[in-house]
Amino acid sequence: MKIALFATCIVDAMYPRTAQATVALLERLGHEVVFPSGQACCGQMHVNSGYFKEAHAVVANHVEAFDTDDYDVAVAPSGSCVASVKHQHELVARRCGDAALEARAAVVGAKTYELSQLLTDVLGITNAAEQLGSYFPHKVTYHPSCHGMRLLRLEDRQLNLLASVGGIEMVELPEAEQCCGFGGTFSMKNADVSSAMNADKAANICGTGAELCSGGDASCLLHIGGGLSRQGSDVGTLHFAEILASTLENPATVSGVVKLAGSKR
Amino acid sequence: MSAREDIMNRIKSALRDAPETPVVPRAYRRSSTMSDAQRLEQLVDRLVDYKANVFLTPAADVPAKLAELLAGTSSIVVPHGLPQEWLSALKDDAGAPAVHVDSPERRLTVAELDAVDAVVTGAATAVSETGTIMLDGSDDQGRRIISLVPDRHICLLHAADIVEVLPEAIARLEASRPQTWISGPSATSDIELERVEGVHGPRTLDVMILT
Amino acid sequence: MSNTFLGMPTLPVFGQGNINATESFPQAARRELANTQLRANLGHATHTIRDKRLKVVAELPDWEDMRNAGSAIKDATMANLPALLEQFEANFTARGGIIHWARDAQEANEIVTALIRETGETEVVKVKSMATQEIGLNEYLEEQGIAAYETDLAELIVQLDHDKPSHILVPAIHKNRSQVREIFLREMPVVDPNLTDEPARLAEAARKHLRKKFLSAKVAVSGANFGLADTGTLTVVESEGNGRMCLTLPETLITVMGIEKLLPTWSDLEVFMQLLPRSSTGERMNPYTSLWTGVTPGDGPQNVHLVMLDNGRTAALADEYGRTALNCIRCSACMNVCPVYERTGGHAYGSTYPGPIGAILSPLMTGIKSEENSSLPYASSLCGACFDACPVKINIPEILVHLRGEDVDSKRAKLKVPTQMDLMMKGAQWAFSSGSHLNLLEKGLPLGKLVAGRDKVIKKLPGIAGGWTQSRNIPAPPSQSFRQWWDKEHKPGAAVVPGTTINEGEQA
Repeated sequence: MKIALFATCIVDAMYPRTAQATVALLERLGHEVVFPSGQACCGQMHVNSGYFKEAHAVVANHVEAFDTDDYDVAVAPSGSCVASVKHQHELVARRCGDAALEARAAVVGAKTYELSQLLTDVLGITNAAEQLGSYFPHKVTYHPSCHGMRLLRLEDRQLNLLASVGGIEMVELPEAEQCCGFGGTFSMKNADVSSAMNADKAANICGTGAELCSGGDASCLLHIGGGLSRQGSDVGTLHFAEILASTLENPATVSGVVKLAGSKR
Repeated sequence: MSAREDIMNRIKSALRDAPETPVVPRAYRRSSTMSDAQRLEQLVDRLVDYKANVFLTPAADVPAKLAELLAGTSSIVVPHGLPQEWLSALKDDAGAPAVHVDSPERRLTVAELDAVDAVVTGAATAVSETGTIMLDGSDDQGRRIISLVPDRHICLLHAADIVEVLPEAIARLEASRPQTWISGPSATSDIELERVEGVHGPRTLDVMILT
Repeated sequence: MSNTFLGMPTLPVFGQGNINATESFPQAARRELANTQLRANLGHATHTIRDKRLKVVAELPDWEDMRNAGSAIKDATMANLPALLEQFEANFTARGGIIHWARDAQEANEIVTALIRETGETEVVKVKSMATQEIGLNEYLEEQGIAAYETDLAELIVQLDHDKPSHILVPAIHKNRSQVREIFLREMPVVDPNLTDEPARLAEAARKHLRKKFLSAKVAVSGANFGLADTGTLTVVESEGNGRMCLTLPETLITVMGIEKLLPTWSDLEVFMQLLPRSSTGERMNPYTSLWTGVTPGDGPQNVHLVMLDNGRTAALADEYGRTALNCIRCSACMNVCPVYERTGGHAYGSTYPGPIGAILSPLMTGIKSEENSSLPYASSLCGACFDACPVKINIPEILVHLRGEDVDSKRAKLKVPTQMDLMMKGAQWAFSSGSHLNLLEKGLPLGKLVAGRDKVIKKLPGIAGGWTQSRNIPAPPSQSFRQWWDKEHKPGAAVVPGTTINEGEQA
């Protein structure tokens, strides 16, 4: 299968290893990965901040980059960005009176999958240790991000994949379904409420005794990790794609304050 | 322009884009799949959960049971259409409560109602799934006020009048009649969401189901 | 009658009263967040009610079917509102009820006052009603020399404490038992000085306090949960029996109801009386529901009035992206699941309608240009919990985003100089609307590493981004972006090894 990677802007610029891990997983399964070079961002920051006119150009760019027959399915390691591609792009086009873009956005949206959706529903991965060789001997808790949970209905796909990694010890996160408080520009416009939400999330994570918190959205992990880091916590964050890509021979490293076993630094 | 015309015009102007009227999907349950015994059991379970007192009574035993429940009570009010035989055991007993009959000819005042200890009524229907008893002001149930002011409500319900789901009850009820739907005694959860039974409505609800 | 509008389109006419925030949400939220007692009370209350709701909703195999029906019934109601209002009016009037129409809060207050004056009374008892809070009826009546007594326990607590409700279902959710006890001891004319803070004792005190009022009241004012068009029936849903007292004992009953509260048919009640109690109090059914159709000779009030209220509802209806907010049945499930409401409480929203639904309903009714209400659509992280909990499936997050768009456009039209956020969004538009632009920008990533310094985190950013660094670090960016790595180093088919990282410190 030929799979187009939508890296998402935040992973491209801030967390390239998450995208590399995604490529590694798909190539390990024997698929061809392409990277449409025109891609940039899904535009949800603009949409969610009310900047529809500006969002229009960003959405148009994404659709232009992905509206080709050059691949079978597109994948992104983010529930939130995929939800934007699937649910917001048509809305933006309609609001800006661009019917042609609306139609093309629908086509792109239908071909786009979130990583755990693709792995589980299309590629039939039910056991990461056996089928992907995943190995990660650490104590991990998991935060299900809101948009993956409520807009894409990912349910336990990410969690089940994580739980099937060799050597991993999963611990349940209390109040897991509560938002971490990121919400894009919400974190700046309503910084006090956002910080209060993040503080509760951090307390719940630290209470589990896990070495790190995993999830499926780099933006939420940036937010949670940023809060933990400010508090001087040892607990780090890591995208589930990197945990799945980790093997016995080549374990994932987690930088930051904590150094996990197998880390080179 | 009158306020009515003004508002109507505003509404019509607001709906200029003529939004479509969707067909209402009614895939929810509208009839019972339970046996009579299951419905009875479910209703009892719900009523007990609401802290109502429930008595399953064969029709023939109603007068005796009512007399037993009302022992020590000094006065009650009943609607004029309440079956007379239900009260038959009250008359012979020297300690029986005084029975005030509320009728279109002789309506009890608020003060009189406030002075009685209990009210005995029938019921129109009941929904087992939600534990709800419906009164519709029929002659055996009386005016809404008589089942409200006294502090104790003894409600008699025929087991045959129990339905399982709300849509079945809605189909039985006549909209134009004044109705009171009762699910347990009055209650409040306004302080720290801790449920307290008994506020302004009758603080005791006794339900006698005639089997 | 046809619903087709042939006249000149009228501009939306906005509402007034207690639906205008007087302080921006972030500012109000900051103050409320600092109140630790409030945070503790709210956390306890919202969690309790959330768990109860989940339990009773899970009991029903057809909950989603019911939500789908409820949503469609409400959409159908709005689409046919003129005809349904006329049908309701005809049926209610035929049974001896009298209908009055009020364009706005002021007009509604004047109508109610005049109706009370006609009776010669100077006291009324009240059933908890959102509509009368919205129009500020109690304050208006007080100015007119009429005393209005709230009879719902929570409303009584709030009224005695000269406070404002903070939740639409449990208005005193922000007070705990010992606070309630203090209020009763301080404010009730006759009260047992040995009153304890047990909820049962407090409820008993309220019963004694109000009993005489109920038994002697000549006039009651209520709201209504539903009005059924095909029968002209009104419904009040309650728990304590104060509603039954007000709806049954007085000679005169004045009900104030928003025009959107209709349901087309009597049988639609079978959907809504299942959706409402389970969504609001987490009960299978509320203790008492009263239904009346005009006047019933010999039973209940013989002078029955209904005030049909617009007050900005038609303005909300005119917004095709926002009008489903009018489908709201005031259950409050959205606020109980909202992580923002849970931390700030209702007062931060500055309106009778708090929480997620308030954040859309208030600006829809007042217009987004109503200065402080324009901050309400931003009072959400868009987590979507409200949409999942809503019994009539109002897509609150989508309407929040729509209203943010309205706000941005209206400010853009008004302000000559772009705001900091405008500039940030313009810059991001440039960067994000082309792969090569983003690539160019990403070449500057090593600069960020420099800013981060030795400990590899950025702890302070200027301007609007300073909101982020108030409580969160930002990791130092990597040496190169993914796309640079892909162009230079990726070899198709050779699995990338996560361990051989090219980046330093990109994980926080």
